[in-house]
Amino acid sequence: MLARTAESVYWLARYIERMDNVARLIEAAQRMAGLSSQTEEWRSALTAAGCDVGYAAKYDTVTSANAAMYLGVDPDNPSSILSSLEKARANARSVRTALTRDMWEAVNGAWLESRRLDMKALVLEHLPETLDWVKTMTTRFLGAYSSTMLRNEIYFFTRLGTFLERADNTARILDVKYHVLLPSYSGVGGLLDYYQWTSILQAVSATRAYHWVYRSEVFPGNVADLLILKPEMPRSLRACYDQIADALELLQDSYGGLAGEPHRLAGALAAQLRYGRIDDIMKAGLHEYLTQMIERTASLGAEIERFYMR
Amino acid sequence: MFDEMRAEGGAVRPAYAMVDRWLKATPQAALDAKKKEAERLFRRIGITFAVYTEGGDPERLIPFDMIPRVLGADEWAILERGLKQRVRALNLFLKDIYGPAEILKAGIIPEALVFLNAAFQAHMQGLEVPNGVYTHVSGIDLVRTGPDEFFVLEDNCRTPSGVSYMLENRAVMMRLFPDLFEGGNIAPIQRYPETLLKTLRAAAPRRCNGDPTVVLLTPGPFNSAYYEHSFLADEMGVELVEGPDLRVQDGVVCMRTTRGLQRVDVIYRRIDDDFLDPLAFNPDSMLGVPGLMAAYRQGNVTIANAPGAGVADDKAVYRLVPDMIKFYLGEEPLLKNVPTWDCSKPDALSHVLDNLAELVVKEARGSGGYGMLVGPHATKAEIAAFAEKLKANPADYVAQPTLSLSTCPCFVESGVAPRHIDLRPFVLTAGEEIAVIPGGLTRVALREGSLVVNSSQGGGTKDTWVLRAPSQQQSQSQSQGQG
Repeated sequence: MLARTAESVYWLARYIERMDNVARLIEAAQRMAGLSSQTEEWRSALTAAGCDVGYAAKYDTVTSANAAMYLGVDPDNPSSILSSLEKARANARSVRTALTRDMWEAVNGAWLESRRLDMKALVLEHLPETLDWVKTMTTRFLGAYSSTMLRNEIYFFTRLGTFLERADNTARILDVKYHVLLPSYSGVGGLLDYYQWTSILQAVSATRAYHWVYRSEVFPGNVADLLILKPEMPRSLRACYDQIADALELLQDSYGGLAGEPHRLAGALAAQLRYGRIDDIMKAGLHEYLTQMIERTASLGAEIERFYMR
Repeated sequence: MFDEMRAEGGAVRPAYAMVDRWLKATPQAALDAKKKEAERLFRRIGITFAVYTEGGDPERLIPFDMIPRVLGADEWAILERGLKQRVRALNLFLKDIYGPAEILKAGIIPEALVFLNAAFQAHMQGLEVPNGVYTHVSGIDLVRTGPDEFFVLEDNCRTPSGVSYMLENRAVMMRLFPDLFEGGNIAPIQRYPETLLKTLRAAAPRRCNGDPTVVLLTPGPFNSAYYEHSFLADEMGVELVEGPDLRVQDGVVCMRTTRGLQRVDVIYRRIDDDFLDPLAFNPDSMLGVPGLMAAYRQGNVTIANAPGAGVADDKAVYRLVPDMIKFYLGEEPLLKNVPTWDCSKPDALSHVLDNLAELVVKEARGSGGYGMLVGPHATKAEIAAFAEKLKANPADYVAQPTLSLSTCPCFVESGVAPRHIDLRPFVLTAGEEIAVIPGGLTRVALREGSLVVNSSQGGGTKDTWVLRAPSQQQSQSQSQGQG
């Protein structure tokens, strides 16, 4: 398989996942904005999406309309939903024959539609529906590849892209709000805190999952536990790293045992998550832990590219 | 005007008997319905081809006409022999001009025509290519003006395209009208990708042992023929690579794969010479592979078609192909050339200037129909302006009579009517073995009276049938009571 093909399917999957994550961040910010400080929620969303610096260069103040535009449709923002769609589609097109028809149609169909529609107006006037449209498209892509792709190297690279991007996103969302999860903070325990904790769950669409898993009201320690260590939570770091390690192992098998730095890194991370305890993480410092996770995820990404795509 | 289906007086020619029966057996209403169904089906099947194009938009496909263009077994036998003969001579010519240059020494072809030719590649001089093959894939454009009057209009020895349409048209016809193909009267063409792969593998460098790795080199998704590149790569089961996927290491061409570098033996390139290797040709090219030509010259990789093969399809060289055939093969040319005046010669020039209104004048080195004058379709002012250009640079032009291209019935708004057609058969050369896929791409000028078959100007395509001689046809299974 050409290195370029692997690179393109991997980034295709990453950009699609990024669209999905940004759509969820906007959605959570919008919902929460009515309950707490509006500016604060949008600021968090921008930081979690890694767009705070770019935004600050363009706007002096954070407003919901500007933040939604910047995250949703701004071509100057390389991580905006539309920018990601543009790049996903360019990658898909360059490796069209490596994709199944359903995958191509999911990406290309969304791209064609985005060009036909006035996305700016939609974001300003019909934000919830527009975000639903994005999530439908990304879900369609995920469904298309898991139900139509051969389980070969192309599929493994696609999965790597999806879960690496997702792990990065979950770690960022937690890190933006880690302070509200610290034991020192939860002493307050007021209504506002409750909303802060819930906003994290909403950003990864995990409010109901929380209740299913813990059957209790929302406690900050549980929120961190759910999103970091719970294997049954599909956006937890643990679940993402299980998938990443698995995909790398399958690649190793299909390449006659060829393995290297990515396999070592992913294996170490997966084991750490598997045997970790939330109390220990909290004691050692949640912020430090999450920062380290974000950094190690980034270096794993770089090692994967170096090992397979150069 | 020669119609391929009907003789003057309306009698149906033998090759078209089957098409005639089919058209007659189907009442007009059913034919219309069939045509609608055809369009629907074609769109659907078209999608499997259009997936390679921008947005899967079937509108981008060249219009397809359902009525096939038919060539009888005898007609084809002559064409096939003629095509093989011509391509054999073109390869010998290329081998000669990059080697001993005997045809130049013999004074049959002027040196300037070769050495000053923009397509000539000095890098190729003195290089022995595997099996002496330079043009592995050739597209020879033919037109017909009478029962036995076939003319070669143009040779294409660089990167001829269109073969995907040939295959697609047949696939569509077989899905639409499976009955027509029963009994095996029509020569199959589906093995083109397989034959192409065999041809490319046969071109592997001598030092390649065993199983050569073939790749198809494309300029990328923004090239207009990209879908054909990806289609052929898919059909052959080879990697579709772009310049940056390849790299030359220690004189060996490798592609970057997820397992590391993998050696490449044969490159079926669908990019022009100028973009092959920035070190050897165009230093500004982003498409090429630095060091490719050096690897080629060391015999570590084969480039197909060979760089510099374009000298053989030059319009001024074209005029001399019949002489080439006599010189190299000692045979009379089986396929005729269209009479061509080389405007660099004073007497030819004065003849051309006197008769501009009847002639077609082309740039000797141009391609794609640019800068061309079609006398009978031009205004007096256009002719006068062209005469000035011609007088200023006569050596840049060649002139030909305006041919009355044959016609074939087509479905048009008002029913069925004749339209002008041409033919591009594809010739694959693997050493001594030359294969001509029976048929080729028939292009049709769908606008009434038009002679221009280019898709940009309302041209369409048809399935092209070559009938098999009775001995080649499948025998029917025995039935009860025949004994």
